[in-house]
Amino acid sequence: MSKYDPTNPGHNPARRQALSCLAAWTGAAVVWTVAGGVPRALGATSTGTPPAAAKDALTFVQISDTHIGFHKAANPDVIGSLRRAIADINALSQTPAFVVHTGDVSHLSKPEEFGQAREVLQEIHVDRVHTVPGEHDAIDEGVNGYLKFFDHDGNGKSWYSFDQGGVHFIALNNVLNFKMGRMAALGDEQITWMKSNLAGVPHSTPVVVLAHIPLWTIWEPWGWGTADSAQAMALLRPFGSVTVLNGHIHQVLQKVEGHISLHTAMSLAYPQPKPGQEGIGEPGPVTVPADQLGKLLGTRQLSVVRGRHELALIDTPLDR
Amino acid sequence: MSYRFSCNTTRLLRGCVALGLVFCAVFVMPANFAAAAPPAPTVEVNIAKFAFSPQEITVAPGTKVIWTNRDDTPHTVTSNDKSFASKGLDTDDKFEHTFASEGDFSYICTLHPFMTGVVHVRKQ
Repeated sequence: MSKYDPTNPGHNPARRQALSCLAAWTGAAVVWTVAGGVPRALGATSTGTPPAAAKDALTFVQISDTHIGFHKAANPDVIGSLRRAIADINALSQTPAFVVHTGDVSHLSKPEEFGQAREVLQEIHVDRVHTVPGEHDAIDEGVNGYLKFFDHDGNGKSWYSFDQGGVHFIALNNVLNFKMGRMAALGDEQITWMKSNLAGVPHSTPVVVLAHIPLWTIWEPWGWGTADSAQAMALLRPFGSVTVLNGHIHQVLQKVEGHISLHTAMSLAYPQPKPGQEGIGEPGPVTVPADQLGKLLGTRQLSVVRGRHELALIDTPLDR
Repeated sequence: MSYRFSCNTTRLLRGCVALGLVFCAVFVMPANFAAAAPPAPTVEVNIAKFAFSPQEITVAPGTKVIWTNRDDTPHTVTSNDKSFASKGLDTDDKFEHTFASEGDFSYICTLHPFMTGVVHVRKQ
């Protein structure tokens, strides 16, 4: 296939139109601000270069669904894709405070996959990479294999919280507690923990929630939702600014419920179909032409401006 | 020395005969019985496009069921009563379980709990 020439974007109008459709699908390079929980688009950057964040902003990056260990046609080089994302992160004009990984670190929960992931993630020039487990990280022995490599607070739990830059972060595990024919769930123990964790947090504090599977039901026949998310939402509703960051579906989607905005992210491994996409029938890897893959994988930069309760989200594909 | 040697040889020979009889009793005879019994029936279930196919099967006690994952995505075969559970199955990995007694055994993929199947075990 012919390569897209960014210096001559007008050489093929049909192709340009196709690319703009893809950009719309991935939400690539659209800048959102969340004021009082209501996002509005500020504009799109044509090059995908994020505008400089305010100096007092807390900036961090979300990556997701690296699926280390995957080596099928949809992406024979997931390590290469992760390293391209790391190069993008390390080149950001404002160094992020940390990186969050919203799950499916590995493909098959193998120790060598977790080990390789941890090793490569250390190439990011940040102090910490916060992770939550995806269902691919919980095969065979629950999250025990994952926790051997990613036990963040040393408590042997896959859920935890931390505070940084005036923001309260909650990292959740919603890939267990599955029952026949039902979506995965957080479970009573975690909901109880969440309730006590949030009890001491002032409602004016911005809250950011990390979880692998979307905390709203996007497409139930494919398990794209969390069975008991309503209980979690009830606990978050009193807060003035809540941002939920999810992965799992390998594409950018947004939803706003009052002061809670929910966002899914691109994968760094392979694209997946649109929710319930006609003619596909199942949520498996989608193989696209090699020169299209980098447009469907990417990272997300987030900025939280203290005092304004605004969050800016910039989704940047690997190929722009 | 030579007398003792021949004596030991005789004992050795006796021992060999006795051992041979034991071998016959333990290994040869049951092998003959096994050959007379019908081979254990086998039923194949495919895991493809995030579904078990056939989704529902009925087999006789003693049947071995073999699941094969044909997807690019890992799946598991995990019974709801915990009587059998596979590891994560990558593409072309197989899992087998022999159903000894009658009953209805429903199972799911723990990665994708919307994927369900059932094995009915019935005397035929």
